[in-house]
Amino acid sequence: MNCIVELDNVSKSFSGLTALQGISLRIWEGEILTFLGPNGSGKTTLLKILAFIEKPSEGSMYYRGGKVTDENMAWLRRKATMVFQRPVLLNATVYDNVAYGLKIRGFPKGEISRAVKEALGLVHLEGYEKRPARKLSGGEQQRVSLARALALKTELLLLDEPTASLDPKSAAIIEDAIVTVNRKHGSTIVMATHNVFQAKAMPNRVALMEAGRIREVGTPHEVFSVLSKTLVSFAALDNTLIGEAKVVGDGVSLIDLGNNFKIVAAKKAEGKVSVFISPEDIILSRTRFESSARNLFKGRITEISDMGSVVRLRVDVGKPFTVQITKRSFEEMKLNLNSEVYIAFKASSVHIL
Amino acid sequence: MHMADFWQILGEAFRLILTGDRTVYQTTLLSLLVSGTATLLAFLWGVPIAALIALKSFRGKLLIKSMFNALVGIPTVALGLILYMLLSRSGPLGFLGLLYTPTAIIIGEAVLVTPLIISLASSAIEAVDPEIISLAKTLGASESQASTAVLREAANGLMVAGIMGFNRAISELGVALMVGGNMVLTTRIAAQINYDIALSLSLTIILLLVVFAANILAYIIRRRKA
Repeated sequence: MNCIVELDNVSKSFSGLTALQGISLRIWEGEILTFLGPNGSGKTTLLKILAFIEKPSEGSMYYRGGKVTDENMAWLRRKATMVFQRPVLLNATVYDNVAYGLKIRGFPKGEISRAVKEALGLVHLEGYEKRPARKLSGGEQQRVSLARALALKTELLLLDEPTASLDPKSAAIIEDAIVTVNRKHGSTIVMATHNVFQAKAMPNRVALMEAGRIREVGTPHEVFSVLSKTLVSFAALDNTLIGEAKVVGDGVSLIDLGNNFKIVAAKKAEGKVSVFISPEDIILSRTRFESSARNLFKGRITEISDMGSVVRLRVDVGKPFTVQITKRSFEEMKLNLNSEVYIAFKASSVHIL
Repeated sequence: MHMADFWQILGEAFRLILTGDRTVYQTTLLSLLVSGTATLLAFLWGVPIAALIALKSFRGKLLIKSMFNALVGIPTVALGLILYMLLSRSGPLGFLGLLYTPTAIIIGEAVLVTPLIISLASSAIEAVDPEIISLAKTLGASESQASTAVLREAANGLMVAGIMGFNRAISELGVALMVGGNMVLTTRIAAQINYDIALSLSLTIILLLVVFAANILAYIIRRRKA
């Protein structure tokens, strides 16, 4: 395997504050690598360094074996492109947004229009060319951002939380597009996420990040088996909990998360485990309701974050849970801070890591 | 002045406008040309300075910014006097022979509206999402191409800055009077008051129409900003 980028003891600080410390990492050509860590762990800064937008404060960086310097950085920038967590769009049409990087590179018109069309196809936005980009929904805006990056077919594609705060449909389209360009064009993909489930499903390798450092790097299988031991420090990750599991029936386990808080999981497990419940898999209700979901808890909303088309709620049911619902349901349910709510999730939504 | 006189004068003023009186039209045209050129000049050197203030960090930036903000309100008559002293025959720039020419008014008004354009333009550029620079760069732009992308994002605000500059230029009296004498709308309005008040009023109506039209245009551009 060829090493495309190598970081050697890279640190980065912003006006005295350390964002990254002693990062040494090799990125292999054609792989999908995910940085998993809580907010503020340095994921975005690391991606910006890999995109050649930020310079390391200390340490060295190599691109295909050649040292990255102040002189060649502007040139190397065209080898990589980054999609930011919050979609940043030019105040122009979808077409002009997606075409921007190609125009800068001086491609002929016909080639640009072909590349734009192909990129929009990958994110299922065919026919959107003439629409003003900033008038689109949050999910569509993020897809335009991705298409704009894909159109460039750079060797290295950097994605910062590409699906956080998106509706499930847009998230699925984006995940699909990422896997497609990785397989078809062999683009190397480096992605940041704080979604444990995504980190487990997509990549070839996972790097666990915490407080500006890389704690572990390996295959998802390797890393998640360590994760249970180091998980305490990852408490900031959404809905990632540790407990004691016991098989209670046919393919079903009861997991005691402490303080007599128990959840049911549709998987056999014994002993100490880490579990993850995706925020989109939790159903929220104003009233107690009957359903097939085996886990039902009552609690109060302690935090509300507006993420555009979706709203993230922190619900304290004895343990804090993050629940993601669409903005529309949020408004229809007239939810407020401290509202009393019920949360429910299926035993099969409990992922044992 | 009697009430009857007022209506008569108003009628005469409209007659002058509608029949295409030469003085009215020549004065209007010269005013538009002088103020337009002055605004264009101020825009050409003001926007790069505004971009520098908005996008770069350097020592004394706040000082320079507050200085331009303060200069926005400079009394036109004060600036007019200074320019008069510079341009008058015995002044340091007297050899250019510019005093009482349209060129003198253009220079004066350009200087006058420069701080206004810089203030408005730098605010407009600062209002652009700072991530646009990172975005342009990661899509392959050079430093200067990234700055251009930011300016393009600020286009509406820059247009408003230009219109406001033009408005200030065409409606000011002090500079035009001190270095230009009696040539443009405002100075003629003032000068004709005791001789031909109907002419004064017709020029006033035109001036107000121009200013209103410019303001409406600025309003539309602001609203378009989404």
